[in-house]
Amino acid sequence: MSTAAPAALRKTALNDTHRRLGAKMVDFGGWDMPVEYSGLIAEHMAVRTAVGVFDVSHMGDIQLRGPNSLAAVQHISMNDASKLKEGQAHYSALLYANGTFVDDVIVHKLSDNDYLLVINAGTREKDVNWVRKSLAGRPGMHVSDYSDYYTQLAIQGPKAVDVMRKLTDSNLDGIKNYWFTWGKVCGLHNTLIARTGYTGEDGFEIYIPSDVPTSERVWNEVLEAGKEFGILPCGLGARNTLRLESAMALYGHEISDEINVFEAGLDRYAKLEKGDFIGRDALEAVRAAGGPKRKLVGLEMTERGIARDGYAVLSPEGKKIGTVASGSPAPFLKKNIALAHLPMEFTAPGTEIAVEIRNQPVKAVVVTTPFYKRQKKQA
Amino acid sequence: MDYPATYKYTKEHEWIELNGKEGKIGITDYAQNSLGDIVFVDLPKVGSSVEKGKVFGSVESVKAVSDLYSPVSGTVTAVNEELTSSPEKINTAAHTAWIMKVEVANAADASDLLSKDAYETYIKEETH
Repeated sequence: MSTAAPAALRKTALNDTHRRLGAKMVDFGGWDMPVEYSGLIAEHMAVRTAVGVFDVSHMGDIQLRGPNSLAAVQHISMNDASKLKEGQAHYSALLYANGTFVDDVIVHKLSDNDYLLVINAGTREKDVNWVRKSLAGRPGMHVSDYSDYYTQLAIQGPKAVDVMRKLTDSNLDGIKNYWFTWGKVCGLHNTLIARTGYTGEDGFEIYIPSDVPTSERVWNEVLEAGKEFGILPCGLGARNTLRLESAMALYGHEISDEINVFEAGLDRYAKLEKGDFIGRDALEAVRAAGGPKRKLVGLEMTERGIARDGYAVLSPEGKKIGTVASGSPAPFLKKNIALAHLPMEFTAPGTEIAVEIRNQPVKAVVVTTPFYKRQKKQA
Repeated sequence: MDYPATYKYTKEHEWIELNGKEGKIGITDYAQNSLGDIVFVDLPKVGSSVEKGKVFGSVESVKAVSDLYSPVSGTVTAVNEELTSSPEKINTAAHTAWIMKVEVANAADASDLLSKDAYETYIKEETH
């Protein structure tokens, strides 16, 4: 273990609150964050069956504003932002020229002249610098880093909408998945309410001022409003198992600067036909060459054992064919699952492979993803 | 939870209950609390040798793998098969959910292990 003093960890406005609730804290990308409060499995199950609340203020917020902001977004983001309506968001990514990932991102169209990009915590500075550099000298638009302005709370689960109804008069039924609105939340005017999340459940993310008193007040009101529904505060541990069950990418694992869009299985979000964007030529070249040589697939352990990040994936003959990008027990599914980039010949569902666990090959099978899909509510 | 006075403890948070040459070994309540929900236990094979201070198996929570270190050298005479299907027993009753039983090769192995008081002092310091 290193004896050097660690660089001071960054804290969200709710750091004292998490500690007061008895959270186990962890260093996540330089942030002092709660990994669990009452227990990872309980928190995971709360989100799947009731409701949970996450402090995700460590994530970043970049706004591109001005008459030329759409053109700027189109240049750096691979999805087609011209298809967004006001109040709509979509999943996209910022790419390097070689078609690999700077980061994944949710792009929100606030207006014709105003786009909000929500980016990962661990890549905040890198993303902001890359966006500024990629758009340097462009007239009619400017880049603002609003990351520190917001406390961002994610309220997720089948009962999230019931909790939100107690906190806002906004017409929540009018906000569909991946849409957003502005409304009064906990007395705060013009709060961004987005029907987005990273759990595979219905849910909302709200963006409130990041001062400590406001952040604490709203957090407490969310917990109070959620009490009758069984709300739990949830940490990064459950956040990871929830997104893994839903096969959602995590930077540095399923996507990175060494993995291209096709290899990550995210080509449906890359709209090559929209016109030029950074990375487009590289992706076109991959397509012209007949596709990627490897692709992200879901794995399920068929023998006893847990596949974890970094473990070797083996062919039935014992040859190493890839590495686990993310692997963990799945608390809701009660299986041990993983995601890995494998050579194309091993990517068909039903393909038998193995994962090396403590020097032993343990059998697994390729499965379709997502591993978990929530029930659609009856109309 | 109470730390039994009849047990001895290691700095790696294992406990051992010694009865002559038979040692019963598990992990402490402090350890299970740090790990969180335990979902998997990798048990040693009955009949295999274990060495004082060396890894004999592992315990896994959702988030992490934690190696288990043997407090004594000897031969594994039994393993708690219940933990294969119910690993969470370690979370609810760490001091009775034993992991393995060992025939101790050398009684002197236990002499440098921590007493209940020494262990409680040790973990109090660890959390500061």
